[in-house]
Amino acid sequence: MNRLRFYLQLGFTLWVCLFMIVPVIMSVMAGLTTNYFVGLESGLTLRWVQEVWALYADTIWLSIRLALACLCFTVLLGVPAAYGLLRSKRRWANAMEEALLLPVAIPGLATALALLLAYGHMRGFRESWLFILIGHVLFTLPFMIRPVLAVMRGARLAELEEAAASLGAGFRQRFLGVVVPNCVGGILAGALMVVTLSIGEFNITWMLHTPLNKTLPVGLADSYASMRLEIGSAYTLLFLAMTLPLLVVIQWAGRVANRSRTP
Amino acid sequence: MTSTSLTLEGCGRTFPGGQVALHPLDLTVAAGETLVLLGPSGCGKTTTLRIISGLESPDAGGRVRFGERDVTALPIEKRDVGMVFQHYALFPNMNVADNITYGLRIKGLSRDTIRQRLDEVMAMVDLQGFGARRIHELSGGQKQRVALARAIAVRPKILLFDEPLAALDAKLRDRLRLEIGQLLRKLGITAVYVTHDQAEAMALGDRIAVMQAGRIAQLATPREIYHRPTSIFVADFIGAVNRLEVHATLADGLLRVSGGELRAPHLAGAAAVYCRPEDIQIAADGNADVRGKVRQSLFLGQSQRLLVDLGDNACLQVETASRRRWRTEDPIGLRLPPEALFHPERHAYPTKELEANHA
Repeated sequence: MNRLRFYLQLGFTLWVCLFMIVPVIMSVMAGLTTNYFVGLESGLTLRWVQEVWALYADTIWLSIRLALACLCFTVLLGVPAAYGLLRSKRRWANAMEEALLLPVAIPGLATALALLLAYGHMRGFRESWLFILIGHVLFTLPFMIRPVLAVMRGARLAELEEAAASLGAGFRQRFLGVVVPNCVGGILAGALMVVTLSIGEFNITWMLHTPLNKTLPVGLADSYASMRLEIGSAYTLLFLAMTLPLLVVIQWAGRVANRSRTP
Repeated sequence: MTSTSLTLEGCGRTFPGGQVALHPLDLTVAAGETLVLLGPSGCGKTTTLRIISGLESPDAGGRVRFGERDVTALPIEKRDVGMVFQHYALFPNMNVADNITYGLRIKGLSRDTIRQRLDEVMAMVDLQGFGARRIHELSGGQKQRVALARAIAVRPKILLFDEPLAALDAKLRDRLRLEIGQLLRKLGITAVYVTHDQAEAMALGDRIAVMQAGRIAQLATPREIYHRPTSIFVADFIGAVNRLEVHATLADGLLRVSGGELRAPHLAGAAAVYCRPEDIQIAADGNADVRGKVRQSLFLGQSQRLLVDLGDNACLQVETASRRRWRTEDPIGLRLPPEALFHPERHAYPTKELEANHA
């Protein structure tokens, strides 16, 4: 019986790997082979990676800039917003939380279209990367607010604040000295989501981008559509190389933060 | 430390739903005095404390004064109070020293003063060498000491305790209770201490306010509260109390009760008498006021508690030395000395002479 369960689990795991890991490996290999249709015997090369770098380096930088700017905005907006929700009546807080989730539920194309209809005529704004940034912030904000709010709800924050107040701390001092440091775990968890989602975001970005403002996923779609398969695959390789270290760093920061404050 | 008196005038608190947490209340705590607010949950003791601290405002008309100064309109951060919470409320993002000096840093004191004040209070609560510890590395007792140190470091006008020992285990609670008592006496600071634990209240309070359903049921010294409770609620809440129905008042100050007759001239005409289990003595036949049978005995170690059936459904709890073994159905004679008998609601207590006799 136990043996059977083991094999079933193993089978399931392998099956998942088949869809999660194998395609990634295939893609990476495709980006490194000289001719994908001939196969590995055609030899390995970095030529495609170099070509992608020459063509699309600016999309990578833009994506990273967008992700970091998006992170800044979601922290600056999301932490006070979560605090506001924590302090407001439960009924209102729930309604607000749902409203904040709307940009995630609505197709990105629709959100982008709405943004274009409302502000598309402001040319300077529409053509700048800030227009895309707004789309990203809309989409990622709930992913910052939710974990921060969850941590705040679990942290006896009200009592900590009362203690700080009894010691003479005003609102600003309490918020920056007690509230924010005690939801760092939530902020880091949110940061991981926000950066991941912003770097990979395609729907909204595709609608909002201009030829001069392409992000990495849009560039990727572009290259798959118009160039050799090897170039698109090499692009994927670069994408992985750029984002994986970033995610690992955020994960690590989250672990360190959690370790130092587990009660 | 210079201490301040505290006055509440007409401080009530009605919640938005119309529910009254606290009926308008007048209360004065003398400078340097420790007042304990004692009562079951929901009696208004915490609300009173929060009104004193400034975390909550009294209903319109209520006034809070620290000494001569009206602080009703001031928020907690401007009131100069020190507060110790049930769940410690230590800042998990700071170490012990940073927790203790938080208030001093907020006040913008100089580095040297902060250093000196830190050493001083760490010594007071016996935490030398713990400065660099993280909060999660401390035991419950140590946490509460840090919280205490943090509250006294700012040299508050008034020290407030919100059930500070409720989260600790019994042994530790006893020890910390003793330490808090010593510290309060040493500091000579005005303190208000909320608890539902009567032993804590007795040990720490210069006076105790027993609260019930949003009002003060009795405000007096621990001795007075225990021996001269003014209501059945107070008598019953503090310690255990027996109630014995009186069937008739006879001549010579004798009262007929189930199982015998009691001498209690001060209780003539009362429908019932009250007495504490530890004031009842086991007596030989000739000396016994009432007789009955042991229905149950509960061995407590330092003493044992007997439940004695006097017939007619009347029972007495008796606390007695634990060596002698009592079995169910053993016949037993009890002496209820006059100085042990009282009636809270008639305000009938033994006279001074009777009490002197007892001593």
